[in-house]
Amino acid sequence: MSATHAPRSKTDLFMSFTWLALQGFGGVLTVVQRELVEKKKWLTQDEFLEDWAVAQILPGPNVVNLALMIGGRAFGLPGALAALSGLLLAPLVLVLLLAAAVAGVADTPVAQGMLRGMGAVSAGLIAAVGIKLLSALKNNPMGILTCIGIGALTFLAIGLLRLPLAWVLLSLGPLASVWAAHCIKQRGAP
Amino acid sequence: MSITLTLADWGSLFLHFISLSLLAVGGAITTAPDIHRYLVDDMHWLSDTQFTSSIALAQGAPGPNVMFIALMGWNVGLNAGGGLAAGWPAVSLALWGVLITMVGIMIPSATLTFVATQWAHRNREMLAVKAFKSGMAPIVIALLIATGWLLTGNHENPVRDWPLWALTAATTVLVWKTKTHLLWLLAAGALLGGFGLV
Repeated sequence: MSATHAPRSKTDLFMSFTWLALQGFGGVLTVVQRELVEKKKWLTQDEFLEDWAVAQILPGPNVVNLALMIGGRAFGLPGALAALSGLLLAPLVLVLLLAAAVAGVADTPVAQGMLRGMGAVSAGLIAAVGIKLLSALKNNPMGILTCIGIGALTFLAIGLLRLPLAWVLLSLGPLASVWAAHCIKQRGAP
Repeated sequence: MSITLTLADWGSLFLHFISLSLLAVGGAITTAPDIHRYLVDDMHWLSDTQFTSSIALAQGAPGPNVMFIALMGWNVGLNAGGGLAAGWPAVSLALWGVLITMVGIMIPSATLTFVATQWAHRNREMLAVKAFKSGMAPIVIALLIATGWLLTGNHENPVRDWPLWALTAATTVLVWKTKTHLLWLLAAGALLGGFGLV
């Protein structure tokens, strides 16, 4: 079953993604799902899940990838660009204004304290997203123990040894993918 | 802080973000540890405080969290221009920094996404697609946790900084176990910090 509605125009795409971006504080996934699936009906729930999976596989911010996919499917490259600029433009202006406003008072102890506090909270936000996703590893074809091993190795390399990301992704990534392919084939065998 | 950037430096900044773009599997935030290594540890173009507050501000503002990269470009440009007090020349350099970093981080991954989307959509049952997704999953998750760890690790004095660690730990548990809106948590952090409690 396919979705009942589609973006009407490139302006529609631009405005919809602007509106979506301005509501998305931190947890964008829930906003995307509510706006595009439940309200606008541009995607069915299933289509959304498939698109989201692909958006996660590809490098780059997930929402940005999703915007490119939806915009591109509707109106080709101009559509993708309309959705992308809608997603980025208004938040960019807002965040720079915010930075400039904070910079004017950044040297005061109160502002320094507020930024310290917000910094500690955002460290927790990011770590919590990682911890929440851990439960998804239960269904991983490589098995939970292998996953924990790979995860621990990644954490050691990046968090403790502070190695360049490229080294870690280009060495562990292919190894893990090849091993995952092996496990999927084994599991699929009768 | 005040720094000097040559044209070659801007070039290498651009190339660094171009090279990071295709590594940003699982979101731009997974490149944060590497950006820290490059901008703060190696190049000294950005202070530790600027790094952390860029991420904090981007989390506190609406929009995709890739905006933290725009803020880092903004801060590097400001540092190169002698700070906000230097006026419009510094602001122009800051906007130039935003352009360099955002275009750098966006172009490769957006191009790849646009080109590969149709293909991946048609081949979502293919072994290679599934294996890549499964293989990358634990790595992506560990990168997120490492980012949280690096952001707390900036406070190197445990006796003085333990309340910050406690706040990070409390946030982690709250986000993990409850549906508390993220804005409330950031506001609470700002309040606690503003009153000098953390």
